[in-house]
Amino acid sequence: MAGTSDLDVAYVARLARINLTEDEAKIFQKQLDDVLKYVEKLRQLDLTGIDATAHALPVFNVFREDAARDWFTAEQALRNAPRQAGGLFIVPKVVE
Amino acid sequence: MIGKELTAASIGELQSLLRRREVSPREVIDVLRERVAEVDGDIGAYLSLDIEAALKQAEHANVDLPLGGIPIAIKDIINVMDQPCTCASKILSGYRAPYDATVIEKLRAAGAIPFGKTNLDEFAMGSSTENSALKSTRNPWDLSRVPGGSSGGSAAAVAADEAFGALGSDTGGSIRQPAALCGVVGLKPTYGRVSRFGLVAFASSLDQIGPVTKTVRDAALIMNAIAGHDPQDSTSLSVPVPDHVASLGNDLHGVRLGLPTEYMIEGINPQVRAAIDAAVKQLNSLGAEIVEVSLPSTEYAVAVYYIIATAEASANLARFDGVRYGYRAENPKDVLDLYGRTREEGFGPEVKRRIILGTYVLSSGYYDAYYLRAQKVRELIRRDFQKAFEKVDAVISPTSPVAAFKLGERVADPLQMYLADIFTIAANLAGICGISVPCGFAELDGHQLPIGLQLLGKPLDEARILKIAHAYEQSTDWHKARPPIGRNVRKS
Repeated sequence: MAGTSDLDVAYVARLARINLTEDEAKIFQKQLDDVLKYVEKLRQLDLTGIDATAHALPVFNVFREDAARDWFTAEQALRNAPRQAGGLFIVPKVVE
Repeated sequence: MIGKELTAASIGELQSLLRRREVSPREVIDVLRERVAEVDGDIGAYLSLDIEAALKQAEHANVDLPLGGIPIAIKDIINVMDQPCTCASKILSGYRAPYDATVIEKLRAAGAIPFGKTNLDEFAMGSSTENSALKSTRNPWDLSRVPGGSSGGSAAAVAADEAFGALGSDTGGSIRQPAALCGVVGLKPTYGRVSRFGLVAFASSLDQIGPVTKTVRDAALIMNAIAGHDPQDSTSLSVPVPDHVASLGNDLHGVRLGLPTEYMIEGINPQVRAAIDAAVKQLNSLGAEIVEVSLPSTEYAVAVYYIIATAEASANLARFDGVRYGYRAENPKDVLDLYGRTREEGFGPEVKRRIILGTYVLSSGYYDAYYLRAQKVRELIRRDFQKAFEKVDAVISPTSPVAAFKLGERVADPLQMYLADIFTIAANLAGICGISVPCGFAELDGHQLPIGLQLLGKPLDEARILKIAHAYEQSTDWHKARPPIGRNVRKS
């Protein structure tokens, strides 16, 4: 279901692990085509010799002591799990 | 001062009343609860309230601490121990925070009492709070209009006197824009100034937590409590924090303010433009020198933002998969079905759109064209500000090109919604600090709608923009105006 851009919403949604209805995919395709058309203005700029900025302020190599400290118990960490048993998260079978 | 008058107090005024023992922390919570019961049915600012927890803390409040006994509302994207943290999303239904965010620990240490969790656009993605999957929030100045967003609940709560102050988060304007639209003060600190540990991550290179308050001085008081290095957030800066209150004053002689030639664009509402022009004259009369500056690359800020923010969001929101917390789809047939349906049913449309766009711009073959290019333009935007700040102490603009728009007006067109942030986004990309302060009203359909003035400052220069904003505020009456709700209701 290609639109005016290279983006194929249905395909990328599968990569992102989001199921979409056909109607939803259609609406998103139109809306995101519009956004991608708008961001095309970035192509006008000459960026030769410009470095990419990942963070606005330069902070590099932040280290901390590799020391044990108190943190969540297994019980606390599992408290919000939709399904859990025996101190473990329960998920559908992954490996046959 | 009791009852309804008390809720109109600023944090500074409440602090004096508490210290003179004219009101007790318990009474403050009671009075606030009554105010919420009176007006929040109309406003819809709060997603949850735990009055018992607040009263319990009030019993032991030490009013001599900097924020002793002061209740602060918290945007529901910041973890407060044992409280829900929904991010206004179905995908976090049932979640209760197992810990306090660092800002909450710091507020508690300063004596403040976390009071209620406020509404937002789902995962802070939006500019009107209409993307909340849980509740609709209305602008206290006109209930048919949006409060702005994404921290719309925090701004509306403060404007409607349902909160003395609040915390919000700002990724592209989410503190400043709702503050402007609701007629209150909102500060986005410098990237790294305030710890984000315990803030649910949206776009990690842009997110900052900051205050939403009735006065500039209140914002300075909260900044004193929450700013500073946190070893739990590797992006937080290990630099000294000044006293943001002590540096406030009324004289702006020697201050140079930059007016960007590019910012007086078409599309600015004429009433907004007139208010900004008047504010510039006012600042000038207080002693500030006004200089023209140029920020040519900021024209590209919205485009850069919607690549970088969505890319980072697509990675950050991968954690919501129905395994460790929150919502899980019923009876999944396998693990892919579990992921796909949990995220289909748990996320709202804007969050899905942004995850899809973010996944796309990071994908092989498109990364260089979109993400890498956006990161380079980001550097140009940063340099624009760096250059401007060689000449001036702060840059002035409107916070939003328009006053509050109607509920529903922009929801069908995401791009139009994105353009609401045209003046605020560049500050997040450049990592600098910014504040919005009330500077007048637009009159629309017989309603007075607040307008905000934005001041952008150098990295780590919060104290200076607070000082400028305070001097301006104290020379005007805009911050004293109250919306026509509850006790102030106007007969029409």
